[in-house]
Amino acid sequence: MASPPHPWLNPALTVGGLAPLVVLVIQGAQGSLGANAIERALNQTGLTALVLLLASLACTPLRLLSGWTWPARVRRTLGLLAFTYAVAHLLTYVVLDQNLALSALATDVVKRPFITVGFTALVLLVPLAVTSTKASVRRLGFPQWQRLHRLAYAAAALGVVHFAWRVKRDVTEPLVYGAVLALLLAVRVGEALRQRRARAPQTRRVA
Amino acid sequence: MADPLPPEPPASEVTPEKLYLRRRDFIRNVALFTGTAVGVGGGLYWLGARQAPPSDVLVPDAGEVPQPVAHGVGALDTDEPRTPYDVVTTYNNFYEFGLDKSDPARHAGTLRTRPWTVVVDGEVHEPRTWDIDALLAAFPLEERVYRMRCVEAWSMVIPWLGFPLARLLERARPTGAARYVAFTTLNDPEQMPGQRRGVLDWPYVEGLRLDEAQHPLTLLASGLYGKQLPPQNGAPLRLVVPWKYGFKGIKSIVRITLTREQPPTTWNLAAPREYGFYANVNPAVDHPRWSQAHERRLGEFRRRPTLPFNGYAEQVASLYQGMDLSRDF
Repeated sequence: MASPPHPWLNPALTVGGLAPLVVLVIQGAQGSLGANAIERALNQTGLTALVLLLASLACTPLRLLSGWTWPARVRRTLGLLAFTYAVAHLLTYVVLDQNLALSALATDVVKRPFITVGFTALVLLVPLAVTSTKASVRRLGFPQWQRLHRLAYAAAALGVVHFAWRVKRDVTEPLVYGAVLALLLAVRVGEALRQRRARAPQTRRVA
Repeated sequence: MADPLPPEPPASEVTPEKLYLRRRDFIRNVALFTGTAVGVGGGLYWLGARQAPPSDVLVPDAGEVPQPVAHGVGALDTDEPRTPYDVVTTYNNFYEFGLDKSDPARHAGTLRTRPWTVVVDGEVHEPRTWDIDALLAAFPLEERVYRMRCVEAWSMVIPWLGFPLARLLERARPTGAARYVAFTTLNDPEQMPGQRRGVLDWPYVEGLRLDEAQHPLTLLASGLYGKQLPPQNGAPLRLVVPWKYGFKGIKSIVRITLTREQPPTTWNLAAPREYGFYANVNPAVDHPRWSQAHERRLGEFRRRPTLPFNGYAEQVASLYQGMDLSRDF
């Protein structure tokens, strides 16, 4: 019986993807995160969530451009890792930064636009994480599932805005992530247009 | 002499033929797994956490450290626990050396603090260009233990070494027209590589109203913890105004000019909605993007309430009588 190609791929992504979080927790416990450990944990979990979310959104464009099939099989792992970091980011903020001061948190979400958009981005990721199983795809039907999962683009866009509004002065880095997101979206839109025009048959190769 | 035959391994240890044939596959997969995991983990760490705190703190220039005439036990000093030296000297906002808090400690070694001159001019009867050592010798140094509240909602307690700005102003003798004091940081991208990026308008400028500048709390500092200021903390001379947000404490000062008009200030120019000229610590006036009601004292876990005028209301609130501090923030 043939084993699936690249059996190591998803386990390696999971282990490698969670490793920085484990390192962060260990560094935090050791007190080696510098003078403002909570700020550092917030920055790292938030940025890593955004990177992973963009990586998950890069899978389909990469498959379309390269013809490889493996990107399609790591997309869910990357998406769930992004969600994990986003939840870690929120928990760091709620528990460590704000010490569970819930009324202050509610005020923040309502009153401070950068927190509003960050919180919204995380809320958008919840249904995607919940429906990430194959059973969910079957239950919803692929077209509907696909439509739902386009929310990932909205979440990533809000994540970029959250990042840009958070920095004090220099928005170069958020703009880089925004540009990457725009590029990924452009590939998808271009492909959709091309398919609609040409009605070209999709090539499916078995690796 | 012939070697004895080794004992035959038990049947249970014999590798099944199927596994034996897949050994190469297995080894290859383990190698690919390990390589991918390390690559992904390393890449994510590099992208998400590259701003590690510096491992070695820049030490200040070796040189004579004038000893203070008074140690921090006066009425203006706080007896709260002092923020450790390595925190005070590795967690800095000094954009002339980079945007990350740990950048100044890493990169400020390029700053040459001797020779150094400070020009005092403008609306004064006795303008003068001071050599920094002459300046520090002319005014007796005192140790002052102040709270320092950053506009980003963190705070420290720092034992500064310095002298009241009022002493220098007395020496310069302001004219009757002087109403404000303008300060300027060194402008030299060779020494301050961060100035090559247009993040802010360089040089950094700050200002105080004359009565604020003359207040006994307002300090020109040349040291902390009984040592010379490290470059990342604003060597060789910086401003300390403990009831205002930290960005008012302009670093590496080369010019002090008394003026008739309110001088421009860097952060106010950069984002006038977010940073005012006065920038008094005020828990009731939030930054547009975050609350100023609480702060994290570095080294403490729980946030603590921020005090009006950073706890110096008794000394300075009278300076602002009749002003609307939510408008003049």
